[in-house]
Order: sequence, then structure tokens, then C-alpha cells
Amino acid sequence: MAGGAVTVQLSEKAAHRPKHITESVGVRIVLISIALLFLVLVVLLPLLSVFIEAFKKGADVYFAALRDPDALSALRLTLTTAIIAVPLNTVFGIAAAWAISKFRFRGKNILITLIDLPFAVSPVISGLVFVLLFGAQGFFGQWLQAHDIKLIFALPGIVLATTFVTFPFVARELIPLMQAQGVQEEEAAASLGARGFQIFWRVTLPNIKWGLLYGVILCNARAMGEFGAVSVVSGHIRGETNTLPLHIEILYNEYQFAASFAVASLLVMLAVLTLIVKSFIEWRTNAKSPERSADDAH
Amino acid sequence: MKGSTSKRTKPRSVLPGFGLSLGFTIFYLSVLVIIPLAGIFVKTSGLTPEQFWHTVSNARVIASYKVSFLTSFYAALVNLVFGLIIAWVLVRYRFPGKKLIDSLIDMPFALPTAVAGISLTAIYAPNGWVGKLAEPLGLKIAFTPLGITLALIFIGLPFVVRTVQPVLQDLDNEVEEAAVMLGAFRWRTFRRVILPELIPALLTGFALAFARGIGEFGSVVFISGNMPMKTEIAPLLIMTKLEQYDYKGATAIAMVMLIVSFILLLLINYLQWRSNRRVVTA
Repeated sequence: MAGGAVTVQLSEKAAHRPKHITESVGVRIVLISIALLFLVLVVLLPLLSVFIEAFKKGADVYFAALRDPDALSALRLTLTTAIIAVPLNTVFGIAAAWAISKFRFRGKNILITLIDLPFAVSPVISGLVFVLLFGAQGFFGQWLQAHDIKLIFALPGIVLATTFVTFPFVARELIPLMQAQGVQEEEAAASLGARGFQIFWRVTLPNIKWGLLYGVILCNARAMGEFGAVSVVSGHIRGETNTLPLHIEILYNEYQFAASFAVASLLVMLAVLTLIVKSFIEWRTNAKSPERSADDAH
Repeated sequence: MKGSTSKRTKPRSVLPGFGLSLGFTIFYLSVLVIIPLAGIFVKTSGLTPEQFWHTVSNARVIASYKVSFLTSFYAALVNLVFGLIIAWVLVRYRFPGKKLIDSLIDMPFALPTAVAGISLTAIYAPNGWVGKLAEPLGLKIAFTPLGITLALIFIGLPFVVRTVQPVLQDLDNEVEEAAVMLGAFRWRTFRRVILPELIPALLTGFALAFARGIGEFGSVVFISGNMPMKTEIAPLLIMTKLEQYDYKGATAIAMVMLIVSFILLLLINYLQWRSNRRVVTA
């Protein structure tokens, strides 16, 4: 669970405590204040500052920064990258979760650990591995050059690095979910004569669709926001190999702060949207599972 | 309970697709992750031990490791304390806006690191909202190791909260009730009864935040100031070496970091495996 992409549901039950096993009102207020102050300083202020800095020079500068040709081409590249990387990792995530949750085999724990590998690797190193493979001095560098194929400092390198970094997200969201659901429903379907994809479409997918959706949108948010790995393989060619986060960096380093924060605000909105979808999914799952709500009623 | 349904005694499953799904999983994993990562090991083995040692024992490289490991450690420590408080408050108390706060915790997962980097810098730089207040006190935050730690606190926050939260949620009231009946006061109950239950989760969260911090790049480069020997992190030094086409140097530095990350990953998996087993046998 190294991704941390675990959905936790706040249960009302745990918050409803008899007086003798909770803290005094004073202690509660102090703890809540500490928690809130910490979150304001570390999370909320930075978020607000993005919009305030972005509009510091007025709405004109804001929209001009977004309409800038370089910004638009960065947006296009970011979207293209996500459109390739996210479906690939989604198919992988479903396959991996199916194999791991529905069957027993040796080395399953090793496989789960290996899926976590990209989480443990620094984004810069994730980019480095592809430069070592496909860069000019890399293992396949000369062969690629001889055949006039450009992977590094071009779209394929960016897609590869992004796919590597976002590799575990869907799998990590689906594996615990499908493990918890067990195999009974699928086995019942199989014994009634359903075939492979029929079982998946009719039985498994309806059960996992919300978890899958969250995995996909989180994977997408990370794919669109990846900085370190993409920075290594992109070569920073303006208007060509700059993604949105790289474009933000360039503007920032050129002291065009308002423009930089304007582009950043797009990515903040993407992150907020991601979290809204997550909350919606949690609300759906809570509403859908009667056991849990019956539990909460006590 | 979950264990009893998924643990089947039948050796063969009636479900289809085992070969296809496992085969594709292993193929995709190998092509995209294992083989590229193995490239680093192959490249490093091209260095003589002296060359390798010469690169990684360079004063600037050692300094960058120190910055990376120390700031990650302190950030993980801060998250350990505040993450526990936040998880505690979210699970056990009721207050307005709790749902909103809960979703805010995931922000560092969803927000691009570069955006976090520039916005934290904007606030904690000497002319920023908070930096302005801290400056008269003689406290410089941005462009010092403190700034790096701050960025890593942001990045690591969800790890501790999200690993502790479910454990805290599932904790039985009865144990606490018993402690109260035996005459234990609240603080003592916490220390003797609740905290021991949370330790595996706290350790996992700490290790996750620490591991993430060591490798973090995007949020740190803006706020760190990147002064060699002082505020230069190891991932940035890899980047610098790459820009100078010093592939061997970059690989050697990366190799040391990878080994540390792998050890941490194994530790984290071991911790989780242990706590899962405890849940099943309990």
C-alpha cells in the first residue's frame, strides 16, 4: 500500500464516543486546533496562494498566460502523454489485480512488492533509467541513432517515464478491493457457464467500478503532474517537449510569476477535481453498503 | 474474516484468465520496470570500484546525501507527530468541516509536485505571507534546509495519516473501557493501551514518508535554493551530472539511493505483512 492510494471511510461510529473513553473538552479543542493550524499552514495556504499569485497582475495576464502558444502546446503534450500512459496502466492494473486476487500462486508477495517498485524510486532516477537505455550514450543509443529514431528528448521518452512513475496506481487501488471481494461471485458465474470476459464485464466490473474510477483519475492526475522524471527525459525544448509542469518551471525561473502561477492553477483545479471525484466515490460506497450504514446507526 | 473467504483449499480455480492476466502482468512489469531498473545496475557494474567510490565519496555528493536523508528524516518525524494528531482528530472527534479536512489530506497525492514547490516558496520566502512574519524572528525558511523539510512535510503528510486512520478506526472501545475500569487515566490509557496498537502503522507511515522524501524532487528544487554543500539534494545532483553528460557519475549517485530505497521498501512490506498477520490471527 506504498502508494497510499487507499480510500478510508470516516465512520460515524468511531466519532460517537461515551464520555469516559474520550478526552476532556479542553483537550479536544486543543488537538483539533493543532490539526487545523498544521493543515492550514502546510496545505491550505499554498493552495490559496496559487490563485492569489495567479491573479496578482489581473485577469488579463492570467488568461494571456493560458492562451500563450507555448502554454497551449504544453497542455497538448500533457494531454497526449496522459491519454497513452493512463489506459496502459489501467489495463495492467486490471490484469495484475485479477491474477493476484482471484488465484493462488507462489511468489505473489514478491510480485506485489515489485509492483510497488516505482513508488520507491526517485522520479529523477525513473527518468535516468530511460536515458541510460535510449539516450545517445545509452545501451540502445547507437542503434536508435542509426535508424533515426528519437526516444529521449521526444514524446516517447516522456510517455515512457510518465508510465513508469504512474505504473502502480490502478493496480494498487484494485488489488485490496478485489482481494476483499473474494472469488465467490465469479465462481458462481463460471459454474453457470459464463465465459472469461463475460464474468469480468457482468460480475467483476460492476463490483469494482468505483475503485477503478478512483485509481484511473489518480493515475491521471499524477501523469499530468509528473515533474522530476519528465524533466530528465524531456530536454526542455520550448513549444515541443515541455509538459505543463515543465512550462511552469520555465516561467517561474524567468520570473514570470503571475504567468507561472496561472498555468499552475490549471493543475490545482485538476487536483481539486480529482479529490472531489474521490469524495463522491466514497459517498457512493457508503450509501451503497447497507451493513456499514446499519453499523453507523448504533 | 476476509482471510477465511479468500483462503481456499482447492488447488485449482475454476476461474479463467490466470495465464493471460499473470503473463501480461509479468511481461509489462519486466519491460517497463524491471529491465530499465536493471540498466542502472549494469551501468554501475561498468565502473571500477575505485571509480564508483571516487564518485560517491566526493564531498559535494556526501553533503547532498546528508541534506536529503536528514531533511527527509526530520520531515517524517514531524509528520509522525502531526499525522497522528490529525488522524486522531478525524477518527474520534466531531467538528464542522471534518469531511472537507479529510479530503484535504489527499491533496499532496493529487497536486503536482512542481505546483507545491512554487506555492510553498511563494508563502515561505522572505517576502511571502509567512516568511515575512518569520524573518524578524531571525527565522529563514525558504532557501534553507528548513524549507526543504517543509516541502517534504507537505509531500509526506498523507502517508502517516492514511496508514494510522484505518487502524485507529478499527480499534475496539472495549480495551479502552477495560483500562478505564482498572483505573487508568486518559493519558496512561493512550500510552499503554492505544499507542502500542498504533506502532506498526506509525512505523509504516514514517517509513513511507521518509522513503518518499529521499527521492522527492519537484517540490524541493524551488524552495531549496540549491546551494552546493548546503541545500543541494541528491536527486538534483543526479540531474546536474546528467546535464553535464556525466552519465557514470549520475548512475553511481543513483545506485546508492536505489539501494536505500529498496531496503526501505522491503522494510515497509515486512511491516505491513506483520501487521496483517496480527490482524488475521487476532
